Amino acid sequence: MTDSTQSTGATPAQGDKNLFQSLELDMRLLGMIGAFVIIAIGFSIATGGNFLTPRNIFNLTVQTVSVAIMATGMVFVIVTRNIDLSVGALLAVCSAVVAIVQVRLLPGTFGLEIGSPWIAPLAVLSGLLVGTLIGVFNGVLIGYQAIPAFIVTLGGFLVWRYAGWFLTGGQTIAPLDSNFILLGGAEGTLGEFWSWVIGILASVAAVWAVYSARRNRINHNFPTKPLWAEFTVGGIFVVAILGFVATLNAYAVPAGKLRRLFEARGEVMPEGFSQGHGLPISVLILVAVAIVMTVVARKTRLGRYIFATGGNPDAAELSGINTRLLTVKVFAIMGFLCGLSAVVAQARLQAHTTDIGTLDELRVIAAAVIGGTALSGGAGTIYGAILGALIMQSLTSGMGMVGVDSPLQNIVVGAVLVFAVWIDIVYRRKTGDI
Amino acid sequence: MTTPLLEMKNISIRFGGIKAVDNVSISLMPGEVVGLLGHNGAGKSTLIKILAGAYKADEGEIFVDGKKVEINNPRDARAQNIETIYQTLALADNLDAASNLFLGRELTTPFGLVDDAKMEAESRKIMARLNPNFNRFSEPVRSLSGGQRQSVAIARAVYFNARILIMDEPTAALGVHETAMVADLIKQLKAQGLGIFLISHDTREMMELCDRVSVMKNGQLIGTERVEDVTEDDILSMIIMGKNPKREAA
Repeated sequence: MTDSTQSTGATPAQGDKNLFQSLELDMRLLGMIGAFVIIAIGFSIATGGNFLTPRNIFNLTVQTVSVAIMATGMVFVIVTRNIDLSVGALLAVCSAVVAIVQVRLLPGTFGLEIGSPWIAPLAVLSGLLVGTLIGVFNGVLIGYQAIPAFIVTLGGFLVWRYAGWFLTGGQTIAPLDSNFILLGGAEGTLGEFWSWVIGILASVAAVWAVYSARRNRINHNFPTKPLWAEFTVGGIFVVAILGFVATLNAYAVPAGKLRRLFEARGEVMPEGFSQGHGLPISVLILVAVAIVMTVVARKTRLGRYIFATGGNPDAAELSGINTRLLTVKVFAIMGFLCGLSAVVAQARLQAHTTDIGTLDELRVIAAAVIGGTALSGGAGTIYGAILGALIMQSLTSGMGMVGVDSPLQNIVVGAVLVFAVWIDIVYRRKTGDI
Repeated sequence: MTTPLLEMKNISIRFGGIKAVDNVSISLMPGEVVGLLGHNGAGKSTLIKILAGAYKADEGEIFVDGKKVEINNPRDARAQNIETIYQTLALADNLDAASNLFLGRELTTPFGLVDDAKMEAESRKIMARLNPNFNRFSEPVRSLSGGQRQSVAIARAVYFNARILIMDEPTAALGVHETAMVADLIKQLKAQGLGIFLISHDTREMMELCDRVSVMKNGQLIGTERVEDVTEDDILSMIIMGKNPKREAA
C-alpha cells in the first residue's frame, strides 16, 4: 500500500486485490462460500435461529452426502465435454441390487444368518460393481461407438430406473441389515472422542500439506507466498475442521435412544449421561471420495488427461492420449460413485424404494455447475461441486423449514441454478477466463 | 550413399472420393531441412499428418533408418522420435506451460503421481534455452501470446530428443522478432543432426532455411529440387502451374 500514492484512484480496490492475491485464494471459491454464508444467515434469521443449530447442520450434512458424491464424478464427465443424465436412474438400479442382495439373496439363497457381518460388505460391493459395469457400458457406447453422451444417458435415464423397478417388482424393500444402516448417517456416527481424534488428525494433515507444498516450491527455487499468507490459509483449514467437529459433537443423541443402547448391553444408563453424535460415517465416506477425486484430478495422469481432453480434444489426441479409453474410465468412475451414493442414500432412508434418487441427475448436474464446472469443458473443481451440492441442499431444506410450498421450492431452486451460471458467465467475461 | 533418416514411399490416402495424397514419395537425410510447398489443399498437411500418426495412409510404406515402420497413431510416431509442431498449435489452452510440454509423457514421482514441481523445473530449464524471456509458468497457456505459445510447442518437440521434426507453418502466427527466433532454432537443430520437414507459404523463407523443397499440387508431388538448383520463380511456377520448369527445359 505504500506505493499507492503514485497510482491514481485505484487504491482501496488495489489493496483488496493484493490481499487475495497473496493468499492465492480462488475468487470463485470465495464467491461460493459467500453465497453459502448469505443463504445460511438468511434462513437462520427467517427461522429464528433454527437453521444454524447443531441438529440442523448435522441433518443438512447427512442429506447432502449422496448428491455430493455423485457431483464429484459429474465434474469429470462435464470437464471432458460430456453429460450424464442417468445418474439418478443408475442410483436406483444399484440400490435395487444392493437391497435384493442383502435382504433376499444372501439370507435366502445363500443362507447367511440374518445380522451376519458379511451381509453389509457384500451388499456394498454388489452395488459398486453394478454401478461400475453400467458406467463402463455407457463409456463404451459414448467413447468407442461415438453415440453422444446426451443420448446414451437420456436412454439410460429410462432404462436403468425401470430396470431397478423390474428387479424389485416395484416393491419397497425393508428392513435392511443393521450394519448396513450405519452407512446412512444418523444411525452411524463416531461419537465425540473419535470425532475429535479424526478432526485433530485432519488438521495436522492440512497443516502438513500447506507446509510440504511450500517446502517443495522452495526446493525448486519457485516463487512462494508470503509466510503470513501460508499461516492464514493453514489457520482457516484448522478452524473450519475443528469447528465442524465441535458442531456435530454438540448435537446430542436423544436420551431415549441412549437408554435403549445401554439396555441392549444389559446395563443401566448413568444419571445425567449424554453423548454427542459426532461425525457421521457417510460424511467420512464423502471426505474420502473428495480427497481421492481431488488427488486424481490434480496429481495423476488420468486427471491431467481428463482436463487436457476437455480443454482441447484434438491436442490430447495428438499428444498420444487415448481419448476413447479415457471416456470409458470417466464413465466407469461416475458409475462407481453412483453405486456408492446408492448405498448411502438407501442406508439413510433405511429402505429401497423405486423412486429413490428421482431428479438426482438434475441436482448433481446443478451442483457441479454451481460449483464452477464449465459445460464447455476443461474447467471444474471437486471441492466446488461439493460446495454446490451443499448450497442446493441448504436452499431446499431451508425453504422447507421456513414453510415454503413444495412447488415454489422447486421454482426457486431452478431459478437459482440459472442465476448462478449467469453470474459465473459475467465473472468469466470480466476476468477473461473461459 | 548413406541411408536416409526417413523415407515415405508411394503414400496415398483418400477422403471420400478425393485422393488427398496421391502416390507421393519423399525422403529426409539427417541434418537436412526439407520444405513442403503448395497451395492450401495441395495435400502437404495431410501428408505430414500421416507421418505424425494423425491419419493412416491407405497405401504406401514408411521407413526410418531404412527399416519399415508402422505408424497407426500419434503414440507410434512418438516411439520413432517423430515430433510434430502443428499449425493449429496443439496445446490444451486450460493447462499451464509445463503440463502442455509434458502432455502424454508426464514425469511422475515414485508413487506414480505427476511431479508438477519437477516438470516445472524442467520446463524452466528448456525455456531458458529457447525463449529466455518466458516466465509465465503458472498461467494457462490461453493467456500467452502467439510467440510464447509457439515456444511451448517447440519446447515440447525439442525436449523429448526428436530425431525427425515436423513443423507445420511454425511462424504463421508470429511477429518479426519471433520468426527470426524460430529460424535460428531450426538452424541450431539442423546442426544437431535432426531431420526437419518444414511447411510454409513463405517461399523466400523456405529458400533460406531448406536444403531441398518438395512441391505438391492436388495431392500429387510435382517435384523435389535442391534449393541451389532452382530460382524462387521456378518454385512459384511449380506451385501455381503444377509444372517443373527445369524438367520441361531438359
